[in-house]
Amino acid sequence: MNLVNFFLNNRLELSQLTLEHLRLVGLSMLFAIVAGVPLGIAITRWRRLNKPVLGTASVIQTIPSLALFGFLLAVPWLGERADRIAVLSLALYALLPIIRNTYTGITGVDQAIVESGRGMGMTDRQLLFQVELPLALPTIIAGVRVATVLTVGVATIAAAIGAGGLGEYIFRGLAMVNDQLILAGAIPAAALALFADFGLDLLEKRLRPWAA
Amino acid sequence: MTDPAHDSAAIVFERVSYVAGSNLLLRDLDLEVRRGETLVLLGRSGSGKTTTLKLINRLVEPSSGRVLVERRSTLDWDPIGLRRRIGYVIQEVGLFPHFSVERNIRLVPELEGWDGNRIAGRVRELLDLVGLDPALGRRYPRELSGGQRQRVGVARALAADPPLLLMDEPFGALDPITRNDLQHEFRALQQRLNKTVVFVTHDLREALLLGSRIALLEAGRLVLVATPEEFKHSSNPLAMAYMAAFGAGEDGRDGS
Repeated sequence: MNLVNFFLNNRLELSQLTLEHLRLVGLSMLFAIVAGVPLGIAITRWRRLNKPVLGTASVIQTIPSLALFGFLLAVPWLGERADRIAVLSLALYALLPIIRNTYTGITGVDQAIVESGRGMGMTDRQLLFQVELPLALPTIIAGVRVATVLTVGVATIAAAIGAGGLGEYIFRGLAMVNDQLILAGAIPAAALALFADFGLDLLEKRLRPWAA
Repeated sequence: MTDPAHDSAAIVFERVSYVAGSNLLLRDLDLEVRRGETLVLLGRSGSGKTTTLKLINRLVEPSSGRVLVERRSTLDWDPIGLRRRIGYVIQEVGLFPHFSVERNIRLVPELEGWDGNRIAGRVRELLDLVGLDPALGRRYPRELSGGQRQRVGVARALAADPPLLLMDEPFGALDPITRNDLQHEFRALQQRLNKTVVFVTHDLREALLLGSRIALLEAGRLVLVATPEEFKHSSNPLAMAYMAAFGAGEDGRDGS
């Protein structure tokens, strides 16, 4: 049985698992962005929060994913369904690069540009939305890109708690000591990661036409 | 708040000091900027000239004393309203790199809520005023030469027709020939527009060319206020030192 045949014979299951995988990654990235970008902005406004927030996000990243899944199993509502746990854990892992890049993106905007905007009578809000965020956007997208690639990989482990995704093949292959089956999960997952990386890189370049 | 003695003055500094941390950047400054004049703040880096400028549009606030703009203390102005009445030009980095030339110029009118037709007309008018091809309007700042960018900076500052204009070494980053062109054009423009201008430079030649009066600053103190003619013949030691330094290097100096 070679891999190509395996994929052809199991194309339904393969697409099912790929969709599950994409759903886990998509949802957790959505949550991570919705929480991470405002947090990143907030710590540029209240610089004292910078260390505690970034520190907490780093500590979360050091928790082994299986252990994090385990902790969350005990939480009411969340622990009822494996995919809820998986999405929350993955979102937590994705936070650090997003918060950090939002912060460095905004603080990295040339202060002369910000000051000239302020000098022309722009309000803080106008400066944030018209100047700082647009100029920081490439850096923020780069953070999302790193987080996405990371999440596609970690999401394979979610199969261990029954959340589905391409990790199913990997864990099945591990249980059956079948390298082909492990590869059947690993290769599409790697392809997804590369695809996301490439797509977001393209987006990052499209978003800064001014830089040529 | 108001003081009839300052009637002809657009801006008045009253014993203004500014302290940042433990550094006294400006000490007891008394200075008037008259309506319609171009007052040049001349001095070395660290002399306090940029601080003086930023006190006018309240990018910094006085540690003591007060700054009156149109007879009202800057602290009594709403800072946003104050700044919208004051054009601000700094070295080329001040343009928004992610805005086209046109969007840069229309920024303040847009913030002020002008309608679209009026803004479009104003942008054309301004491009023409500063001698730029209207076709450049769609370009991004990095696609322009340094001289063109600086013209855009001036157009942007003039966009909402503010009565006051603050310029912080606007021509400092240009090559000598372009700088010379822009200085002369700016002088002609100023004679037509009759704005009150406060202009920061460390270049004496620029100060003599553009200023109706020159305020010489050194280490946070005002040393002298004089017309260009008076300045050239001043017996003040620092003014003489400036004249000597600039005069002596006449052939070979790069002006910066």
